[in-house]
Amino acid sequence: MMRLPWFRFESPRSVAEAARILEGEGPGAVLIAGGTDLLPNMKRRQQAPQVLVSLSRVEGMKAVEDGAGLTLGGGLTLAEVIGTAGLRARYPGLWQAASQVATAQLRNMGTLGGNLCLDTRCSYYDQNHEWRKAIGFCMKRDGETCWVATASKRCLAVSSTDCAPALIALGASVRLESTAGERDVALADLYRNDGIDYLTRRPGEILTRVLLPDAAEWTSTYWKLRRRGSFDFPVLGVAAAAKLAPDGSITEARVALGAVSSHPFLTRAGEFLAGKRLTDEVIAEAARMVASRAKPMDNTDFDVYWRKEVVAEFTGYALRERRGDDMDAVRLRTARRTL
Amino acid sequence: MTKRTHFDVIGKPRRRVDGRAKVTGQTRFADDIVLPRMLHARLLRSPHPHARIVAIDASRAERHPGVHLVLTGKDFPVSIGILPVSQDEYPLAPERVRYVGDPLAAVVARDEQTAGEALDLIDVTWEILPTIGSPQEALARPDVRIHDYNDVGNIHRNQSYQFGDVDAALAASDHVFEDLFFFEGNTHLAIEQHASVAAVDGEGKLTLWSSTQVPHYVHRQMARALAVPEAHIRIIACPNGGGFGGKTDVCNHEAVVLKAALMLGRPVKICLNREEVFYMHRGRHPVLMKFRTGVSNDGRITGMHLQTLLDGGAYGSYGTASTFYTGALTPVTYELPRYKFEGCRTFTNKPPCGAKRGHGTPQPRFGQEIQLDKIAEKLRLDPAELRLNMVAKPNTLTANWLRIGSIGLAECIRQVVDRSDWKNRRGKLPEGRGLGLACGAYMSGAGLSIYWNKLPHSGVQLLIDRSGQVTVFCGATEVGQGSDDVLAGIVAEVLGIDPFEVRCVTGDTALTPIDLGSYSSRVTVMMGNAAIEAAGKLRALLADVAAAQLQTAPEHVVLAHGRVFRAGDPGKSLSFKEVVVLAEAKHGTLGAVGSYTPPKPPGRYKGGGVGPSPAYSYTACIVEVEVDRATGWIHVPKIWIAHDIGRALNPVLARGQVEGSVYMGLCEALMEEQSFRRLPPKLSHALVHRAPSMLEYKSITALDMPEMDTVLVEDPDPNCPFGAKEVGQGPLLPVMPAVANAIFDALGIRIDELPITPDKVLKALARKAKGENPRVGPDHFPEVPYPEPMLVPPPWEGGDGNSVEPAARAGRVREVAP
Amino acid sequence: MTDTQSAPGGARRNLRMVLHVNGEDTEVLFAPYKTLLEVLREDLGLTGTKHGCELGECGACAVLVDGLPLLSCLVLAVECEGKAIETVEGLARGPTLHPLQAAFADLGGAQCGYCTPGVLMTAKALLDGDPDPCREKIREAISGNLCRCTGYQQIYESIEEAARRMRADAAQSGSCPCCEGTAP
Repeated sequence: MMRLPWFRFESPRSVAEAARILEGEGPGAVLIAGGTDLLPNMKRRQQAPQVLVSLSRVEGMKAVEDGAGLTLGGGLTLAEVIGTAGLRARYPGLWQAASQVATAQLRNMGTLGGNLCLDTRCSYYDQNHEWRKAIGFCMKRDGETCWVATASKRCLAVSSTDCAPALIALGASVRLESTAGERDVALADLYRNDGIDYLTRRPGEILTRVLLPDAAEWTSTYWKLRRRGSFDFPVLGVAAAAKLAPDGSITEARVALGAVSSHPFLTRAGEFLAGKRLTDEVIAEAARMVASRAKPMDNTDFDVYWRKEVVAEFTGYALRERRGDDMDAVRLRTARRTL
Repeated sequence: MTKRTHFDVIGKPRRRVDGRAKVTGQTRFADDIVLPRMLHARLLRSPHPHARIVAIDASRAERHPGVHLVLTGKDFPVSIGILPVSQDEYPLAPERVRYVGDPLAAVVARDEQTAGEALDLIDVTWEILPTIGSPQEALARPDVRIHDYNDVGNIHRNQSYQFGDVDAALAASDHVFEDLFFFEGNTHLAIEQHASVAAVDGEGKLTLWSSTQVPHYVHRQMARALAVPEAHIRIIACPNGGGFGGKTDVCNHEAVVLKAALMLGRPVKICLNREEVFYMHRGRHPVLMKFRTGVSNDGRITGMHLQTLLDGGAYGSYGTASTFYTGALTPVTYELPRYKFEGCRTFTNKPPCGAKRGHGTPQPRFGQEIQLDKIAEKLRLDPAELRLNMVAKPNTLTANWLRIGSIGLAECIRQVVDRSDWKNRRGKLPEGRGLGLACGAYMSGAGLSIYWNKLPHSGVQLLIDRSGQVTVFCGATEVGQGSDDVLAGIVAEVLGIDPFEVRCVTGDTALTPIDLGSYSSRVTVMMGNAAIEAAGKLRALLADVAAAQLQTAPEHVVLAHGRVFRAGDPGKSLSFKEVVVLAEAKHGTLGAVGSYTPPKPPGRYKGGGVGPSPAYSYTACIVEVEVDRATGWIHVPKIWIAHDIGRALNPVLARGQVEGSVYMGLCEALMEEQSFRRLPPKLSHALVHRAPSMLEYKSITALDMPEMDTVLVEDPDPNCPFGAKEVGQGPLLPVMPAVANAIFDALGIRIDELPITPDKVLKALARKAKGENPRVGPDHFPEVPYPEPMLVPPPWEGGDGNSVEPAARAGRVREVAP
Repeated sequence: MTDTQSAPGGARRNLRMVLHVNGEDTEVLFAPYKTLLEVLREDLGLTGTKHGCELGECGACAVLVDGLPLLSCLVLAVECEGKAIETVEGLARGPTLHPLQAAFADLGGAQCGYCTPGVLMTAKALLDGDPDPCREKIREAISGNLCRCTGYQQIYESIEEAARRMRADAAQSGSCPCCEGTAP
C-alpha cells in the first residue's frame, strides 16, 4: 500500500492562525485542503512536507456571498461549488468545469482553492519515487533535465486545472491572505508559465476567496478534452465567456485555454470577437487564433500532435455552444454526458 | 452423462453462492488476512532496464530500527518459472537485473512504512548493460544477450509448422491478401493488487495465502524455490480480486514471504503497490503479425501463412505457450485447408509478458478478422455472408489437428446480424457512422497441463454425513468468474438440493484435490465434469437406499428440491437428510471422488499439445461506431454480442462473463497499452513503463461503456458438464477487430494496429485525402530467422497427426547471412 | 495519549482518537501518517474497504463520511474525528442485507467482489439522495469506481433493482426512503 511519509499535522481554526503557522514554519509547511492533489504527491514522494496545515476547520473558508457578483470560499468542495444556488445559470462555464473535475467522490473532497492551486503535471513527474529514480529524476524535482524537451531551460509541466481557465474567462480574481494582510489578484495573474514556480502566490499566502464579477448579460462555457468521462485531467480545456448585445453580437468576450502550457491563459480571440456576430467564418477565425497559441508538449495523455490539431475544433465547439447551437450530441460523445 | 432436458438448478438465473460474502465485505482477499505477530515485506526493484549487480550492501538497512530481515539473491539459489522449459527467474535476482522493476532484495520489518524506508538504505553497485527495447532490436543485437540459456541471441522461442503445401495453395488461389497488423501489449489491471501472507504452523510447516489463480503450480514452484518438500507447504488461493491471467504465474514475492516466514518463524505479509503490479505484468504480448491468405473468387480461404513476432519481455513466463497460441487456434473458426504458422518470441528489457484473457489468441484473431473484412470488401461480399459460408463444421478436425466438437458460430453470426439490423444498416449509415463484425473462438480448457504428466486435470471430493450437510472439495480457484458457484450448482443439481446447501472448500492444496487452476477457461469443463462424477457416485448410493424405502427401482428415484421421490409419484417422498442417514447406515461414511482428464488430442506432432481442448466456444460481435471526421474522436454507442456457450449453468454469471469480456475488449481496442518510454539514448539508458498507474493506464469507466446486447447461444456440447462450454475469455476476442471493421464502414479507413486512437484516425483520413492508402498500421515485417517448418499433413491429405520429418528439426534455427 | 516508536530523528508519536464508525464510537491508536483507509483496515479490522491504487485513481476505497462518498485513501484519519463514517460492514441491518447488497448478489453486480464495497457505498449515497435515479445519473454516480469484471451493465441493473425494492418497501411502510420521514 502506498503510504504517506511522517509529518506533523496542524489544524488551525482561523485564517489568521493558519497564516501565522505558515509563517512560523517556513517552507517545510504546506497547506492541505481536500488533499486530493497533495496526498498522492506525498505518497509518490514528490513532496515531503514536515508540517501539514489543514484548512478544513478554518472558519469562513466555505463562505458564499451573493451580490452583483458571487464570492466563493476557497474551501468549498467542488461538489459544493456545483451545488451553489444559481451558479449553474449564472456561471455555466464554471459549473461545467467543476462538474468535470476527476470523479464524484473526488469532487466531494477536492476544493475550489485546491483546484486553482493544483500542482502542474507531467508524465515524467507524476510517478512513484522508484520510477523517477529510474529516469534519474527530472528538473521539477530532484533532477536537472526536463525530459519533455531536454534542451529546455524551464520545467514544462502542464497546468491541469479545469476551474482556472473557466474562471479566467469569467474575469474572476482571487483573494490571498497572509500575516502581511490580504490582496486581490486577477486569476490570470495568479499563474506563471513555469512548471516549477507556477503560482505567483507568495509562501505564507492562503487563497481564501474566489471573486466572480457580475454575470448579467454574460454567457460562458467550458469544454474539456480527455480520454474518459471521468477521472482524467484535461489535455485541453477551452473556456469562453461572452457578453452579448441584444442584437446577438458580441460586446465583450474572453477565451482562455488550459492544459496546453504551464499556465492557463487568456487568448486574444476575445478582442477579435468583440463587436462581431458568431458566424461560421468568425468562429473559424477565432478558433484558428486560439489554436495558434496552444503549445502542448508530449507529457500528458494522447498523441501530442493530435492534441495540437484538435484545439481549433474544440474552440469551435465552445463558440458554437455560445451561439446557441445544440451541442448536446457532441458533448455526449466527448464528455460522455450532457452538461 | 445422461441427456437431461429438465433442470432445477442448471440454467436458472440465481444468486451466486458466494454472493453474500462479496457484498458484505466478508470475502477474505489475501491482503485482508491479518495474523498475530505478522511482519511486512517490501521488495527493492531495479531502477535499470539491464544491469549487472556488482555488489549489494544491506548493512544500513539491516540496522534500521524495526527491520527484521533483509533477503537478497544469494538466499535463493534455485531458479523458478511457470513452465518447465523456461525456469529462468529467481525470486530475487542474484547477479543480473533485466527490467526496471526486477526485484533484487527484500526487507522484512515491523510495518510496511519501515520496510519501505529501509529499501532506500540498501546500497547497490551496478554495471549498466545495453538496453534491448524491442523485438527488432533483440533480433538486430544478438551480441547483447539478456539470457544465456536460449539457443541464439535474444530469441526465446522460435517455431514453424506447415500443415499442407501453403505456397502451392496460394499460387493456385484467385487472390492472395497480404496484410500486416500490430497488437500492442496490455495488462490485466485487476483492481486487487497481488498480496501474499506466509506463516509457519505449529508443526513447522509453511502456509501461503496468496492472490493466485494457480495454487497447484505455485505449490510446485515454491517447493523448488525453497528446497522444502511439497508436502510441507500448503498454498491457499484466496479469492482473487480479479485475475484475468495476471495471477497465473508464480511470483517473486510469494517465494520471498515464504522464505522470510521460515527464517523468522513469524507470519510475513506483502502487498504490491500498483506500480509493482505493472512490473509483475505477465500480460498480453505485443505481437507483430503478417498474414498471407489465399482466397477463391467466391470468398473461400484456400490457405494461410501466418507469421508472428512477440515481444516477450525479460523472462520466459508463459511465453513458450503464448508463442504457440499466436497460431494454434487460428484454424478453429473457418474452414482452412492448408495452414503455415511461424512464431518467434524475443527477450527484451521489459516486464515479462505472459497470459492475459485469451492468451496469445486475440492478436492473430484481430489480424485475421480485419483481413476477412478486407477480403469481403475486395470481393464485394457481405462480411457476414463471407463468414457464414465458411464456418467450420461440427465434429471435424482442423488442418492443425484440433478436434472441433459443437460449433454455434453460424447461429452467433445470425443473432448479431439480426439484432443489429446489419443488412439494412451496414454500409448504409451516414458518413462517420459504421458497423463492424468480427468473430472469435476460444478453448474450454487446455488439453494438456503445463508440465507433462498423465494425471487428472481436476479432482473433486464430496462428503455427506448424517447431518445432511454436503461439502465439496476442489482445488479450483474463485477469481470472480464464479467457480464456487459452478461447483455448488453442479453438485446441487445432481443431488437435488439447493446450491446454498453445498459448502465449497476450494483452492487449498492441503485440503482439496488438485485442480490445475483458473486459467485457459478450464474450470467449468474440467472441475464440472469431475464434480458430476463425484456427485453421481453419491447419488447412486442415495438412490439405492431410497429405492428400497420408496419401493421402486433406483433408476426411478428422483432427487429434487431437497427431497427424494419415486418418479411420477410426488406424494410419497423422503427428505434428503433421511436418505443420507439411511445411506450412511448401509454404506458407512459417505464420500466420493471424481476426476477429469481431457480427451487425448488427435494431433501427435511435437508442439501439437498447445491448442487441443475438450470443446471450443464461439462468439460473434457487431460494434457500432460514430467517428468524428475533424477530430478522429471515436464514440461507440452500442455493441451486440452472441456467444456460443453450450449451456449457461447460471445465466446471471454467464452474461456477466460475456459483458466483462466485451468491456475488456473495448478497453484494448481503444485505449489500453502497456507501452514503454525510452529516454534519449545519448543521455540515458532508461526504459520505463509509460504509465504504471490506474490514472494513466486508461480503462473504461461507467460513463464510457456503451450499451450491450448480449445473447447466449445454447447448443450443449457432449464433452462438457450439462453441455456448458467456456465463457470467460472467448467473448473478448471479436471486439477489437469489430471496432476496426466498424471504423472502416464509417470512414473507409483501416487502422491495422491497437489501440485505435483518434490520432490514428486523423492520420488515415489525411492519407485518404491525399489519395494514399488510407491505412495506419505496421508497414514492415523484419527478417525473422524462423526454423525450417515441421511438416504435418492435414487430416484430409492423408496424415495421421504426426509430422513427416524428424520433430527435432523444429527447434533448430536456420542460419542467416550476417 | 501517545505511543511512541523510536526512529532516526527522534520519537514518532502515534495518535489516540475516537472515531465514529458504523454508528459506534471506537477508540483507536494509529500512526498519524495513516489515511482513513489504513486505519479502517489495519487498526479497526474493517477489511471490507478495499484499495487498488491508494492515489484516488480507482474508487475501491470509497466510504461514506457524513453521508458523502469519499475516497478513504486520500482522507487523513486525523481529520475524521467527530465525523460519521460508514463502511460496507455497516450496510446490513443484522442478518438482513441492505437492498443494494441483495440486488448486487442476485443480479451479478458483484463478480470478484473487490470493487464492490466502494461501489455499494457510492450507490448508497446516490439512493439516499434520490430514490429513483435514471440510468444516466447512476452511470455518473459510479463513474469514479473502476470495475474490471462486469462491464458495469449488471452494476447499473443491480442499483436500479435495489432502488425498485426500496421504493416498494417504502410504499408498503408508508415512509419516504430518502428522508426517513412519513409520507403525507
